[in-house]
Amino acid sequence: MNTLARSMVLALVALAVLVALLVSTGHAPLPALSALANGAFGSTYAVSSTLVRAIPLALAGLAVAVAFRAGLLNIGAEGQLLIGACVATATGALLPDVPRVLAVPLMLGAGALAGAGWAFIAAELRRRFGVLEVISTIMLNFIAIHVTGWLVRGPLQEPTHIYPQSASLPVSQQLPMLIPGTRVHAGVVVVVLLAIGLWWWLRESASGFRLRAVGMNPFAAASAGQISVSRTMVGAFLLSGALAGLAGSVELTGVTYALYENFSPGYGYTAIAVALLARLNPLTVLGTAFLFGALEAGAGAMQRNAAVPSVVVSVVEAALILLVVAADQLQSRAAQRAEASV
Amino acid sequence: MIADGSNAISGFLEATVRYATPLAFAALGECVSERAGVINIGLEGAIIAGALGATVGAGIAGPAAGFVAGVAAGLLIAVLFALFTVWLRADQIITGTAITMLALGLTGTLYRTVYGVGGVALSTPTVGVLAVPGLSSLPFVGRALFAQPAVTYLLYVLAPLIAWWMARTHGGLATRAMGESPEAAIVAGIRPRLVQTSAVLFAGAMAGMAGATLVLAQAGTFAEGMSAGRGFIAIAIVVLGRWRPLGVAAAALLFGAANALQTLFQAMGWEQVPYQLFLAVPYVLTLIVLAGAGGRAAAPKALGRRRR
Repeated sequence: MNTLARSMVLALVALAVLVALLVSTGHAPLPALSALANGAFGSTYAVSSTLVRAIPLALAGLAVAVAFRAGLLNIGAEGQLLIGACVATATGALLPDVPRVLAVPLMLGAGALAGAGWAFIAAELRRRFGVLEVISTIMLNFIAIHVTGWLVRGPLQEPTHIYPQSASLPVSQQLPMLIPGTRVHAGVVVVVLLAIGLWWWLRESASGFRLRAVGMNPFAAASAGQISVSRTMVGAFLLSGALAGLAGSVELTGVTYALYENFSPGYGYTAIAVALLARLNPLTVLGTAFLFGALEAGAGAMQRNAAVPSVVVSVVEAALILLVVAADQLQSRAAQRAEASV
Repeated sequence: MIADGSNAISGFLEATVRYATPLAFAALGECVSERAGVINIGLEGAIIAGALGATVGAGIAGPAAGFVAGVAAGLLIAVLFALFTVWLRADQIITGTAITMLALGLTGTLYRTVYGVGGVALSTPTVGVLAVPGLSSLPFVGRALFAQPAVTYLLYVLAPLIAWWMARTHGGLATRAMGESPEAAIVAGIRPRLVQTSAVLFAGAMAGMAGATLVLAQAGTFAEGMSAGRGFIAIAIVVLGRWRPLGVAAAALLFGAANALQTLFQAMGWEQVPYQLFLAVPYVLTLIVLAGAGGRAAAPKALGRRRR
């Protein structure tokens, strides 16, 4: 089945899942779906909400995709994102009087570096001690959550020390708005450029090829291609962490303007779905992140206007992943069977 | 002053065991599943499903029915996970992630639909503390170990029982063989799907039990997302316990203690101590243990691997 037909079938099944859920929980499906669509696309402001939601999902989705392409199951985007936001906040606090053209790039850069550093821990644990990254990144996510919790009650707490959050960023530390009157900030440009750059890099460059080769078969890459598997893996981890860290610092400087507990509503985990649904292709990540952004922006409106719990969209997102997984497995097993019968 | 100190400490120990109880259920189940080679990131989903199941069950027919319904709900989630990972041979991590999203979304939707967005606080009948006469008046540890809800005592039996089962029985041996060397196990006549499915279902039932314990023995109510990462914490506990049931039980206590520090600090009047950093300690410790143990050397060799 080609990609377009496949996406259509997926979208239809996801819609069917949503309708079934709505009906079985006693909600009229039509008003709910129209509230969802309106909330995601019904006005300029709605579209901007969708875009704003899509930005961190796309950046974290790129992070997951790059790692998975190298054969690394980085479940740690959530933690890398949080540490990125923490360090970006700290950088801003240390540089109160720097002009915007310098302050924002510095904060974003610091966030990306911090994310890479956080991922580097998992990379080194894997390279030196053979610790599975699936397990180490889960641990690192929790450590990041608790570090954030401590920072917003300790060193980074706002001056009155009442609320567990950081001081609001001054305008000089905020990403500029791209379109006046909406919430769309300059981060959207960063995301699109990065996605195109990553897509080109994976496709055309020698180092991108090495990364894909290691992901497909580390043993073959090492023996036939004389590729340093461990160096490539560490590199992929650093890049992945930097992207996730950037997701955190872009969200901070573009949307929330402050650090607090629960800063991320699970962006790092949703990003896994975003990356998988995009079949780990950076350009397609933009599309799936937009889709998930629309679902989540629409879900809020659905809850306000049709009294449907917004969490139904996680069921739809999960159903999409499971569908893709099942289709892939059935297809590859059919291929195996065909091969065996020849 | 001394009396205050000992009160604070016995309160701390009591809280340690209380926090550890649901964690130990989930982690012991996950331990068995991982020894069979299946890592279940969907555990979080099974816990929250167990919590909602227990709430509904207890609302209809009392706490005992609540526990049964909680276990059943955890099992149901595990059936879906087993279907994908064991039968379709899909990637365990991806499936687990999806299952957790699915269960968090589904429980949230059902709960809000039934009890309203924002919702009236719903209270569930709970099981009380069952103090063991004599033992519960031991100094320091008496109340911590022997003045707990009955489900905690179940763990005192369950942990050694699983350890014995894994070490000494045919089923236990088959389970471990699947985790270490599935090819050899299959040659030896072990049925891979049967063994892995049973292990995954057991883990699901135990995670459901963990969710039921949260509702029926602790919170007395259901709240969205009340599993609060315990499924992932359970995975850390299994690692820290080095994939051995008794080690896992001890590691659960350590995580419980980190959580209970908060109560200790409050009792001692040390509100300024950043307990969040202590909450991170068990995870750091887990990483150190993993690094020290040579990571994979300690884990079942085929953990997370897909069968071809």
